[in-house]
Amino acid sequence: MAELNTGDSGGKGKGGKVRSKKSGAKVDLTAMVDLAFLLITFFMLTTTLSKPQSMDLGLPDKSKDDTDSTKINVDQRRTVTIILGKDNKIKWFHGLLDSPEPNGAPQSSTYGKEGIRKELLKRVVSVPQVTGDKEKGLIVIIKPTKKATYRNLVDILDEMAICKVPTYAIVNDIPPAEQKLVDEMNK
Amino acid sequence: MAKVKMSKKSTSIDMTAMCDVAFLLLTFFILTATAKAPEPLPVDTPSSTVQTKLPDSDLAMIVVGKKEGKEKVFFGVKGREVRKAALEYMAQKYKMEFTDAELEQFSLIDEFGVPMEGLKQLIAMKNSDRNRAGVQPGVPCDSINNQLNDWILYSRKANIDVNQKELQFAIKGDAKEMYPEIKKIMDMLQDQKINNFNLVTGLRGKNY
Repeated sequence: MAELNTGDSGGKGKGGKVRSKKSGAKVDLTAMVDLAFLLITFFMLTTTLSKPQSMDLGLPDKSKDDTDSTKINVDQRRTVTIILGKDNKIKWFHGLLDSPEPNGAPQSSTYGKEGIRKELLKRVVSVPQVTGDKEKGLIVIIKPTKKATYRNLVDILDEMAICKVPTYAIVNDIPPAEQKLVDEMNK
Repeated sequence: MAKVKMSKKSTSIDMTAMCDVAFLLLTFFILTATAKAPEPLPVDTPSSTVQTKLPDSDLAMIVVGKKEGKEKVFFGVKGREVRKAALEYMAQKYKMEFTDAELEQFSLIDEFGVPMEGLKQLIAMKNSDRNRAGVQPGVPCDSINNQLNDWILYSRKANIDVNQKELQFAIKGDAKEMYPEIKKIMDMLQDQKINNFNLVTGLRGKNY
């Protein structure tokens, strides 16, 4: 048994020798066990939590032969285009740039809960109702400009994951009409 | 008096067995914990709410970051045998010779950022010297001298040789990195028909 040897009887001269021999055999292990468990906790947490997280990203195949023949025309009511600009700015529109859907005219927004996510969540629900087909959900086209940072890209991909957008794509070519928007944002 | 004695007995417990178990577990966790080597190119990854973990093997990591005011790209593959095989392929391509000892040393390097011409010096260096400023300028990846592309290609080949599996790619970019820098790497991967890859991110708070 490990018990605390207080040595309160050590002051007596009679059995002093015998008592001190006995006390050497027992060590208080409480502090040692405390320390051991503290270290165990530390190592357990560091081994399991240190693994880096990652985000899966699948891009469309970039083979050169699909120029005109395989170009698919998508229903404009389903597409939301998000342009990522410098200084964490966002511009987005629903539908086509010149003839946007109701409430979908080009406008600025921000990342996160109060910004783009509200609009996306609304449209994730509304688009299948408009098209009348559950399979035809929202399509988000992400267009990062040259001034956008990597953090912006990850943030917007994260929004896609949070809002459970069924289809999204990163598109790099920006037509002249949209370029105007971009210049306005990045100036 | 009997009552007092009873209570005295119950306060002390034999801790020997508990201590044994605790230290056994402690030893186990210490040994299984892999010491985290200092990263040659430290980057501040952007955070996300997605919680997929990176695989432990069959993975190549491309680190894009800024150090000493310059954009740098570092490259690393998981698995010592794969590293060796990849270096052998690269040596063939760049007409260089590596001894067995050098191959062995190279297989211990997690990530590196030197052109092929400087690889021998890097291997000869001590572990602590490799992370010093100015030692590793990054793997060349411009259109004139695209060694990164070769590294990607040959490490894929090496992984198929060693593990009979397709190599996965992860891009670890600094959050402040501009998009074109990342796009360059993505394009390079896509040119080799790698359309699926991972972006390394940190953890974000729940109520983001």
